[in-house]
Amino acid sequence: MTALRLLARDPVAFLGLLIVLFAVIVAAFAPWIAPYPDDAFESHIMQRLRAPSAEFPFGTDNLGRDILSRVILGTRNALAVAVTVVLAAMAIGVPIGLAAGWREGWLSESLMRVTDVFLAVPQLILALALGQLLAPGITAAMVALALTYWPFFARTVFAETRRLRSSLFVDALAGIGASPARILFLHVLPNAAPAVLVRATIGMGFTILTAAILGFLGVGAAPPSPDWGLAVAEARQHLPEAWWFPTFPGLAILLLVLGFNLLGDGLRDAADPRLRRSRR
Amino acid sequence: MARYILRRLLLALPALFGLVILTFVLSRVIPGDPAATLAGDGATPALIAEIRAQYGLDRPILEQAWIHLRQVLTGDFGRSIFSGRPVSEEIAQRLPATLELTFAALFLATVLGVPLGLVAALNHNGPIDHLVRLLSVGGLAVASFWLAIMLQLVFSMDLDVLPLRGRVDVALGPPPRVTGFLLIDTLVAGRPDMFVDALRHLALPAVTLALPGLATIARFTRSGVLETLQKDFVLYARAAGYGRVRLAAIYVLRNAVTLVVTQVGLLFGALISGAVAVEAIFDWPGLGTYAVQAILSADYKALLAVTLVVGVVYAVVNVAVDVAQALIDPRVAEEAK
Amino acid sequence: MSVPVLEVRGLGVRLRTEAGLADILDDVALTVPRGGTVGVVGESGCGKSTLLRAILGILPRGAEPPRGAILFEGRDILADGAASARGRIGFVPQDPYLSLNPVFRAGDQILEIMRRHAKGPRAGHRARILDLFRAVQLPDPEAALRKYPHQFSGGQRQRLLIAAALACEPSLVVADEPTTALDVTTQREILALLRGLVAERGLSLLFVTHDFGVLANVCEEVAVLYAGRVIEAGPTREVLDAPRHPYTRMLLACHPDRATDLLGIPGTVPAATAQPSGCRFHPRCPIIRSGCPVEPPALVTLPDGHRVACPWHADPLPEVADG
Repeated sequence: MTALRLLARDPVAFLGLLIVLFAVIVAAFAPWIAPYPDDAFESHIMQRLRAPSAEFPFGTDNLGRDILSRVILGTRNALAVAVTVVLAAMAIGVPIGLAAGWREGWLSESLMRVTDVFLAVPQLILALALGQLLAPGITAAMVALALTYWPFFARTVFAETRRLRSSLFVDALAGIGASPARILFLHVLPNAAPAVLVRATIGMGFTILTAAILGFLGVGAAPPSPDWGLAVAEARQHLPEAWWFPTFPGLAILLLVLGFNLLGDGLRDAADPRLRRSRR
Repeated sequence: MARYILRRLLLALPALFGLVILTFVLSRVIPGDPAATLAGDGATPALIAEIRAQYGLDRPILEQAWIHLRQVLTGDFGRSIFSGRPVSEEIAQRLPATLELTFAALFLATVLGVPLGLVAALNHNGPIDHLVRLLSVGGLAVASFWLAIMLQLVFSMDLDVLPLRGRVDVALGPPPRVTGFLLIDTLVAGRPDMFVDALRHLALPAVTLALPGLATIARFTRSGVLETLQKDFVLYARAAGYGRVRLAAIYVLRNAVTLVVTQVGLLFGALISGAVAVEAIFDWPGLGTYAVQAILSADYKALLAVTLVVGVVYAVVNVAVDVAQALIDPRVAEEAK
Repeated sequence: MSVPVLEVRGLGVRLRTEAGLADILDDVALTVPRGGTVGVVGESGCGKSTLLRAILGILPRGAEPPRGAILFEGRDILADGAASARGRIGFVPQDPYLSLNPVFRAGDQILEIMRRHAKGPRAGHRARILDLFRAVQLPDPEAALRKYPHQFSGGQRQRLLIAAALACEPSLVVADEPTTALDVTTQREILALLRGLVAERGLSLLFVTHDFGVLANVCEEVAVLYAGRVIEAGPTREVLDAPRHPYTRMLLACHPDRATDLLGIPGTVPAATAQPSGCRFHPRCPIIRSGCPVEPPALVTLPDGHRVACPWHADPLPEVADG
């Protein structure tokens, strides 16, 4: 809660929080907010590539669909993909980090070596290779992104666990006879939570961006999905006439990722007093 | 210093070895039966068996892994399923284009990012500072493929001042290949006109790719300088009469840069990732377009080879970063012992 | 008599902080005669570091323009801008571990200072540094020139910094508790070295410390600083043997060995943002009178040349109860 209060005092991070909340609300009520909710899959060839107007504030695309509606509907996809990927990556990475951090020995050594292997390749390249081998599609892209993002959680949790394990209060708990499982889940994990939260927030922005690249390259979402990356890809054939076609989906990506990044930055500063000082 | 470099290289080996194993597992396990995949739909069992024998897929899995490792170590990635040419040859052909692009981006990001971060820190909490902070968060939020298209829209299509795609004008033709780096090859060939042309082609892709790097470098330079300015030795240097400019631009910056250099290593991964999309948009004949083409044609051999090569480049860059750090700060190499 | 090397007149420094306006120094006067050694002593927070920073022209960002005058070689460096005195005032900082930039060679850092401020051709600078390294007894001066700061021990680093302070042939050396970061044996060596060099070269020294023992060792004259004001001043022997101000008397009574840090007087040093009215010591003073909180006492010169800012300096102190 102190983190929240600190966040309120940092206007930039607060702006990030507002953007994220706005996106969540838009996503939750997308079908009711969008002026033409059926444009997720319907096409109207007669009104294709119309410039922005009162009727279509962001213009229409190559199939005559209202871009504003598709941007709104796409918010749902972007958030759903990012949340799923980040949660899945956490489900893999956090236990591995805990296990590797708690014990020393060949098991933890090899776990961290495997983590290093995954970190040795840029995430997008690995996700591309995985996504392709799994047969292209949005599910494969999500699996690929989760399989390439977990090492970041493993690293974070590993570092926190190692730090806490050597700290006095863990010794004290072991001294009064607390079981390792109890110490790990009731004491170590809550202490590692802020670092994991920061990592997850930044991971949200990162995943939205990477998923958009996958969509753009044709390895992620498939038509007629209102995916933002896909929309930018579809727009390329209609340039320079339809400038509005790639512009607005791209701005949506920019805004949402910016929101998560600002929020993540603020959370990191709030979670780490040392950094807070250097912000001064 | 030589021993330090050697040690860093040795430390990178396990991860690379793991990567070879990982690519092997990916190539053999995930597609199901690779022989059937290679034979295509509706192939007879006899044909599949023949292909299996031909590729050594009927041997024990450990033996296959050993063969894979041996092939990779000798630079043999097999033949592209798409073009039928050796993958290693195609990669060698395309790697310089990608490196030229990423290095250009890294160069731009550094020469712009470091001064921006420095100026921001020296005007702490002033308007320039806030602007740089916004830029450093915003720059990381821009989708590279979108920025690329927007730049094309403005500078190539609308204003028509910079070329839309490619590395060099077809009418001028590429210079004789020496290094594969056009900026070097055009000069070797004594063709300043081609050099300028190559530079013009490089401009938009490099700027696109540079933005996230610029953001990161400006941000870490800023925080590094702010942190260094708090140090006692800065106060001492001021008392002892260091000049203002020299103090900020050399004395403080060198300390701050150690932080930045680490980031450059991490950044390289982002640059390579960005390059995939940026190359696709600018028709840049590098590894990125190669990877996309491999994906579209289900050329898994090419794709895995790209993954490995990028892993190696990434490892080399990170060793270079460690060495650079040791050169900047003499304590680093000693602490590593 | 010639012009004093340094004369501080009515110096006032105020700092804008988050807690409000901090009154760090008020009406401070101080003179360092040519060839003299003067100590400034006081607890941490009394303003002695700020005094040095004002003289060196490196006041922190939030400082208001200082009042008063600082005359160096007869010229007001507050009015001229401290840059005019750069290089002519040698500075020995407090912490040798933190005062050198770790990523530059020690020799290069000194050469840079000389490049800007030392007289004579650049070619002579290297030779001069080597001479100084020998003078401060650094082993293997040639090699020392090429080493990085972390390759020296703490004592060696402080020698290095003394050499740096002398590099531009200053007439005044200013030292800020130059031995607190060092162990006792090294402390003694460094002090002896500094004292010797100053005497030998006919330099003047302004030495800031919280340690009376060190003071007695190094300085001929002393000024006691309390809450931003000079409350007592005079020849070191005089002040140590026959302190007049209640504050000084209590301090020295607590520590008859005169070699310990200033600790343990009831109450605390006032916050600089909330200085007491009148005499700033009155909330802690055992012989407080009705006038003390009203009028700040002037620094009065006694017949023996000893100066004190307390009209009641002749009154006896009550017995100090233990505990």
